[in-house]
Amino acid sequence: MVDTTLARHHPDGAHTWLKRQSRWSVFEIAFWLATLLPFFLFPTYLTLASQIAIAALFAISVDLILGYAGIVTLGHAMFFGLGAYSAGLISVHGWGEPLTGLAFAAAFAGLVGFIVSFLIVRVQHLALIMITLGLGLLTYELANALTWLTGGTDGLRGIRTWPIFNQFRFDLWGYTAYSYALAVLFLGFLASRRIVNSSFGLALRGIRENVRRMPAIGSDHRRHLQTIYTISAAIAGIAGALLAQTTNVVALDALSFNRSADVVVMLILGGTGRLYGAILGSIIFLVARDQLAGVNPQYWYFWIGLLLMFVVLFMPKGILGGLARLVVRREP
Amino acid sequence: MSPIVLTTDGLCKRFGSLEVARDVSIALPRGARHALIGPNGAGKTTLINLITGQLRPDAGRITLGGVDVTAMPVAARVRRGLTRTFQINTLFPDLTPLEAVTLAVCEREGKAGQFWRGLTGHRAAIDEAFDILAQLRLADVATRLTRHLPYGQQRLLEIALALATRPSVLLLDEPAAGVPKDESAMLFNVIAALPQDITILFIEHDMSIVFTFASRIIVLVAGAVLIEAAPDVVSGDPRVREVYLGQAHGA
Repeated sequence: MVDTTLARHHPDGAHTWLKRQSRWSVFEIAFWLATLLPFFLFPTYLTLASQIAIAALFAISVDLILGYAGIVTLGHAMFFGLGAYSAGLISVHGWGEPLTGLAFAAAFAGLVGFIVSFLIVRVQHLALIMITLGLGLLTYELANALTWLTGGTDGLRGIRTWPIFNQFRFDLWGYTAYSYALAVLFLGFLASRRIVNSSFGLALRGIRENVRRMPAIGSDHRRHLQTIYTISAAIAGIAGALLAQTTNVVALDALSFNRSADVVVMLILGGTGRLYGAILGSIIFLVARDQLAGVNPQYWYFWIGLLLMFVVLFMPKGILGGLARLVVRREP
Repeated sequence: MSPIVLTTDGLCKRFGSLEVARDVSIALPRGARHALIGPNGAGKTTLINLITGQLRPDAGRITLGGVDVTAMPVAARVRRGLTRTFQINTLFPDLTPLEAVTLAVCEREGKAGQFWRGLTGHRAAIDEAFDILAQLRLADVATRLTRHLPYGQQRLLEIALALATRPSVLLLDEPAAGVPKDESAMLFNVIAALPQDITILFIEHDMSIVFTFASRIIVLVAGAVLIEAAPDVVSGDPRVREVYLGQAHGA
């Protein structure tokens, strides 16, 4: 599994080994090429494909805090929804340029994430889950009550998203929507990949592995947690903004507890702490929902529940973790 | 006489009715090799927890290099050079020793927050981490997961992580706890080879090791310092003999 000979007796081996940990693999390149297949193979499913790309970006934002830093959350839809409403609201009020909309959503969700992070880093375990859950519920009801701003249960309507770069109109078939969502997902993934492969990413893994040791090596680990929570909130906000811009509507359900729970389910299914698990989990979850809802529209969660239990029992590191164990790569 | 780098002045701590530290005043000169001994429950680990900040004293003060650090959080004391190891392994099971020690070096340098820069960009930190591991004879296993390492090597990694903080004062809480007797002598040889300007206070139960490696011995009994003296004075002290014979230990 892990090759030890290279590092022996020579620091160059250590550098080589560390470089290899963050090197692009063939599987990764193949995966990203495969994300282009829906354009050719399933052109009638491009709307679903862009939903998946949006969910995957949201799941990546949760993986950064849950999978890497060990912060369990059941309220991350809060930031997804805040991003969706931010992007929706500036469009409703006359500014429909999509990229600045994304930036605005990221800034707003990130700002709220930063403020909330002061509370988050002070609690752990069950209290942490309850705090995130509580904040999510608060935000939902706040949006529900502020009907004049959010449209309440009717949803926020009248969003008009301008063409991307003033060139590419959003079409009925979803070509532009999927291209846009996929491009943003890819950039969000690249940024996240850089973060987890940095010294900061190493510090997050240290916090997850043994938070008690962190102060003893001189680490101000609460500041690290605040940083990643803020980044994660901003990325979740971007995902929400994508949904608003590609569907031209924001419903209250963007902030719902269901969305917070679903994203955690996607992440657990795919596998935490490896970024690709977030993407794979989103694909499985949304494709399953699409297919099962056709067969059995009312009870499709039954099958998700069954799948979730199967994965947790037999593949503790998620489906991607299970696959990785099958494909044991031997390198020279 | 070397200058004093660490002092405790009248440290007191109680848990309910149990006094675990009673008016503890010690002073460690630069480069000291002091042993902290005493029967089980004497408050040795508690004293280390007080000095490093895991526990707050009810009374008394702690100075490091002349600066009062009594109210400082643990991490801030570490950044000032006051570092400890743990009696029970407190490591990062799913990191490799190379990653763990590199992390500790990056934290010391204030570079651990740089999320925009790839880890491999921190060449100097990685080199230093590798040097520390080589110094503790861990270079061969630098890229194996910590949880797969034999126990004795995990004990060495405890020390490697502490060294990465560049301590001026190093508190070793039973560094050889759980290590077989022949290996523990080797472990202490590694400790004895550490730079002379690092001030070391260690807890150890094996008296042959204590008398080999300590230049002075502090005997702690029921939370209070019974005696602090050179090894030959301590071994001849009737009160110490009584404490240890009473505990059915060989002194």
